[in-house]
This record gives sequence, structure tokens and C-alpha cells, in this order.
Amino acid sequence: MARKLTFQHAINEALDQEMSRDESIVLLGEDVAGGQGADGEMDAWGGVLGVTKGLYGKHGDRVMDTPISESAFVGAAIGAATSGLRPVVELMFNDFMGVCFDQIFNQAAKFRYMFGGKAETPVVIRTMIGAGFRGAAQHSQSLYSMFTHIPGLKCVVPSNPYDAKGLLIEAIRDNDPVIFFEHKNLYQVEGDVPEEAYTIPFGEAEIVREGEDVTIVTLAEMVHESVKAAEALQKDGIECEIIDLRTTSPLDEDTILESVESTGRVVVVDEANPRCSMATDISALIADKAFASLKAPIKMVTAPHTPVPFNPKLEDLYKPNAGNIAAAVREVAEYQKTWETTTSKS
Amino acid sequence: MGDDNIQKLTMPKWGLAMTHGKVIDWLVAEGAVITAGAEVIEVETEKITGNVESPVSGILRRRVAQSGNDIPIGGLLGVVADASVTDADIDQFVESFIPEEVEDDGEAADDRPNFIEVGGRRLRYLKRGEGGPPAVLIHGFAGDLNNWLFNHGVLAVSREVYAIELPGHGESSKDVGDGSLDVLVDSVRDWLDAIGLTSAHLIGHSMGGAIALALAERHPERVLSCTLIASAGLGSEIDHGYLTGVVEADRRKSLKVHLEKLFADPSQVTRQLVDDVLKFKRLDGVTDALRLISDKLVVDGRQAWVIGERLQQLSIPMLVIWGDQDQIVPATHAAGLPQTTQVEILEGCGHMVQMESAGGVNRLLVEFLGGAD
Repeated sequence: MARKLTFQHAINEALDQEMSRDESIVLLGEDVAGGQGADGEMDAWGGVLGVTKGLYGKHGDRVMDTPISESAFVGAAIGAATSGLRPVVELMFNDFMGVCFDQIFNQAAKFRYMFGGKAETPVVIRTMIGAGFRGAAQHSQSLYSMFTHIPGLKCVVPSNPYDAKGLLIEAIRDNDPVIFFEHKNLYQVEGDVPEEAYTIPFGEAEIVREGEDVTIVTLAEMVHESVKAAEALQKDGIECEIIDLRTTSPLDEDTILESVESTGRVVVVDEANPRCSMATDISALIADKAFASLKAPIKMVTAPHTPVPFNPKLEDLYKPNAGNIAAAVREVAEYQKTWETTTSKS
Repeated sequence: MGDDNIQKLTMPKWGLAMTHGKVIDWLVAEGAVITAGAEVIEVETEKITGNVESPVSGILRRRVAQSGNDIPIGGLLGVVADASVTDADIDQFVESFIPEEVEDDGEAADDRPNFIEVGGRRLRYLKRGEGGPPAVLIHGFAGDLNNWLFNHGVLAVSREVYAIELPGHGESSKDVGDGSLDVLVDSVRDWLDAIGLTSAHLIGHSMGGAIALALAERHPERVLSCTLIASAGLGSEIDHGYLTGVVEADRRKSLKVHLEKLFADPSQVTRQLVDDVLKFKRLDGVTDALRLISDKLVVDGRQAWVIGERLQQLSIPMLVIWGDQDQIVPATHAAGLPQTTQVEILEGCGHMVQMESAGGVNRLLVEFLGGAD
């Protein structure tokens, strides 16, 4: 158990162990084996940030480099999934998903539904999200809410190495299409990861920290910023409960609502752009189903409605951080209902 | 005045993952006379809350750590000395105290579990202490070596003490064959062979007690004594709902309800404890292994293997310990045992009596093992 592994190595280990267990699992993607040449050299790269490094050496031709044609290889993976293989396809940056929306939205997500429940599409699409990597506007977005919107897709957004391994194994064993979002700034984060294979069920949020004053609902890298904010706020006597969604589809509504019912105050933290986002989705859920429990308005902390800037100073301003989160929590914690004093109910 | 008359109380290490503990409160006043083994201070870790026992006797001269302080393992909690030591000497001792070196990952080298291949399975065990006739700790159903975190170190002061992880449990291989008690008993026997222990004191909790009993019956020459804690195998009643609940629960909330039955005080079941059991259950093969074992352990709602009258024929020293509020295996099973058996019922404790009354159980064990060596 007690081994420390990086987020990146946890993903690599999940792929390796599952490929050893099940021969129908294949990997496809740009440079996932490692570029040109024979083994050795061919294995030198293992994906743009080295996540699949070493897998070609162990699993040979089941790790396939593809041309730079996302629409072709994502479509190929989805087709292979409907006919007996369990492909894990890497689409380097989620920003490039646009070129294969038909394959994902209209084909993979619809097969089970349109073919009377008789078709299964056990494909996993791994893809990187996140700003803060100096990758500019086309390599830095967090687009999980777009996929969460589509019925028939499952969306996983892990925040730590333990979850990354367990959720990826769960994704590979799942018989429906799963989009697996990996925040590139988390790849070097370390944590305890069991050596053995294990799974984490989808739709189970993790309560990262318990607290009775304010609920923070968040995901991916923002979990870490929220923890930093909570540690600072604790010194001032504000106790935060932090909920890490882990999967956005299915969504663990119960854990969110139960926490909000006990704290009555909530801040939703999401690195993505604010319109039609997980932040608005969670806020709407709470307003719809837990309004009576609220002691203060729901507060959202998100990026602004702009592309991710290339200028490093602007990019840093773009991303929510522990400071913004703490300020929002303070505002919510200190909020006094005015309508209770102006209405004369009792 | 040399340091010889001044003795330190330090933060113990309970379990493999513990790196520090938070002081809740002192249980004894400054100036009080304490004896070795007395519980002196309550400490909370991420996993569990427990009372630290003083390893020494004397006057508690200084309470160094205060409520709310976070102290690393090996850090100074208090100072024990007799009345002849001056306050200045104690000040000096506190000032110049240097915690013993712990390695950078917080684990002392002799505190790491090992694996050994036994009968095609990889079994994990933790050895602590040296010399003396050895003792072996055998956990119960769905347990692991951390069930002994309050006991292992205390027992290891005077002998080598092993905590083994049974097949299907902890980090040992998850293959349990047909899940029968025989498979588990044979695994422990083969493990004794592999480690090179010709004989040992066996200390079993719950299902681990039944394993110890069966081993004593089949291989009496290997067993110096048997300590049975909230043991299976002594009567037929058992809370079958607990076993099936632990096997089938796959979410935190559904699991917590069952784990709370283990303690007289359900607040002992922390979020971390539930998390640890859940993480264990989510390892490949664990649920199947536990289901196989459970189906063999309990048939028609009753314990399938009970030693009964055959207990009379065992001529090894026996100590039976039970918590009077055990909700899993009733403490009434401690009644009617052979006259030669030492029976101890601890009040206000549940099934995990070795955790809930660690000090009491440790005292009984140390004394019993000393007499049985």
C-alpha cells in the first residue's frame, strides 16, 4: 500500500495492470508508443508528457501510434469497442475534441440507446485538461462540462493518484464510453497508491475534508487550491467541508446536497469558463433541491468568460486560486440573511 | 544530576501510517505518581484515538505537550522523574531533548512489514522486538495487522512479536482457496515453517482466535500458549449480519453502520477507519475472498467450527479475553470453559477489545505470556 506514486505513474500502472489482465485492451494515440523506429527508441517517449512510457516495451503492438488525425483514430477506437476490443485512446488535449464530436456525441454515446440496449461501447478516451501550463488558448481548456451534457457518456475528473488509478481501472472495465480527463498540472503530484489493482465506483464524490461552516464543491486541480484555502480559513475559525466530485457524470448529488443541508453555505469552485459549466450545474442543483437549507447565496469561483491567455501573468490571473476561494468562502460565511428580518413571519 | 533519573514520555507510533498525533488531554495531573502501564495522555491520530501508556514508573514531573499540540512520533510528551530531581534539571532535559532519529519517510527500518511466499501465496507480516519465546498475532475477519497497533509495540518490548496477515486480508494474496478455516490454519502453520518458528505463543482475535485454537488442536507442539480475544470457535452464536454486511457494503455509509458494531463506543469508527476498510475492500479479489471465508465460517447463521468438549483435551495455557459489550461474538462464550483457562471480561468494551481497552489487554497479555514462557 504505502508506496508513493505520482498521478502520472498511477495512470501508467492502471493501464499496465489492466493490459496484463485483459488482452482485449489496446492503446491508441499520438506518440503513445513513442514515435519512429524500433523498440527501445520507439518507447523513449510514451505520450507527449510520458504517461504511457514503458507500455510499448511490455505490451508491444497493443500500443499503437496513430497519425495526427483525431477524427480517424477516435472513430477507429469507438468502432473497435463495438466489435470486441476494449480500446483506451489518448486524445492529447481535450481542446482537440472538436474534430471528432460526431464520433463521440452522436455515435459512441448513442449506440446503446439506439440499438435497444444490445450494443456496448467499452471505450475510454483519455485526454488532458487545464490551464497553468503556459500552453495558450488551444491547449489549456477544461471542457468536461460539454461532455457531461451528453447522455450516454461517463465523465471522470480525478484529483489525486489514488483516485486516478482506481477510476481508470473502473473506466476500462465499464461497458460504456468514458471520457477520462487528466489535469496536466497534477501529473507530478504524489500520493499513496496500492500496488494491487482496485476500482472506485463512478458517482461517488469524496469528502476530502469535513467542516461545518461552508461547503466547497470542486474537482481536479481546484481540490488542491480549495484545501489550501481551507487551511488558511481554519486559522480564522472557518471550517470548510470540501467535496471532490471525482466524476461529473454520473454525479453524486446526495453527497453535495447532504453537505449543503448541514452547512447551509456553499462555494462551487471550477477552473473552467463559467457559462454552462459544472459550477452553474452544481449551483442549479443546489438551488433546485436544497434551497430551503441555504443561509447565504451560492457563490461560484471560476475562470472568467475568456479564452486562456498566453501571457503568463494573465494566465495566472485567469485561474482561480486559494486566495480567490478563501475570499469567496469568507463572503459566504459572513453573509447574514436580510429577508428574514424584513419579512414578518412570526 | 545525570539523565538516568529522568525518563521521557514520547509520542508512540500506532500503526504503519502514523507520523504524528494530536494531544487531546492529559489523564493524570502534574505531580501524580504513575506506574508503568498507566494510561497518561489521550492522543488522536488520523485513524484512531487512544491513550498513551507510560513505559516507566515515577512522578509525572512535567506535562510538556499541551491539549491541541500536534507532536511527531518520538516527540516529547512529558517527563517522569522522582522527587529528588530538581526543576532546573527537568528544564534542562526538556530544553536539550532531541527526538530519536526516524527515517525520512517516518518509518523506522525495523518497523516495515515483510512479505514471504508460502504455498503459492504472498503473505505479509510485521515483526517487532527481539528475543524471548516469540508471539504471533492473528487478526480476525476482514482485519489486518493494524488491528494490533496498540498492542504490538508493548508486547515487543520483551520478545519478538509477529503480526501476520491471513490470505485474503491486508496486503497478503487474495487467493483463499475454498475459503475454509483449514486453508487459513494451514497457511499460518506453513508461515511458521517458512519463518522458522518451531513454536510460538498464539494470540488470535475473533476468527483469528478460532485459527489459533484449531492450530493448537492439530499441532499442539507448535503452540506455547493460546490467547483468545473475542474469539470465534468457542460457541455457535455470531452476528452473521455483520459478516455479510461487511462483505456486501460498497459505499462508505453502508459500511460504517456495520463497522460501528465493532466498538462499544461507535465514535471510535472514524472517517479514516471506514475509508481504510473501503479501500481494502476495493482491491481486486477481496470481496470474493471475504465472501468465500464468510460462507464457510457461518452456516445457517451459526459458527460452523466450534471446538466444544475437545477444548478439555488441550493442555496448553489459555487466556480468554472478552469485552462485555461485544455485539459480534457474545461474551457468554467465555463461560463454562475449563478451570485451567484464565478468563477476563473487560467492562465497557466491544468486539475490538484490544483497541478499546488496549492498556487492560496489554497488561493481561504481558503477565500471561511471562507466566507461560
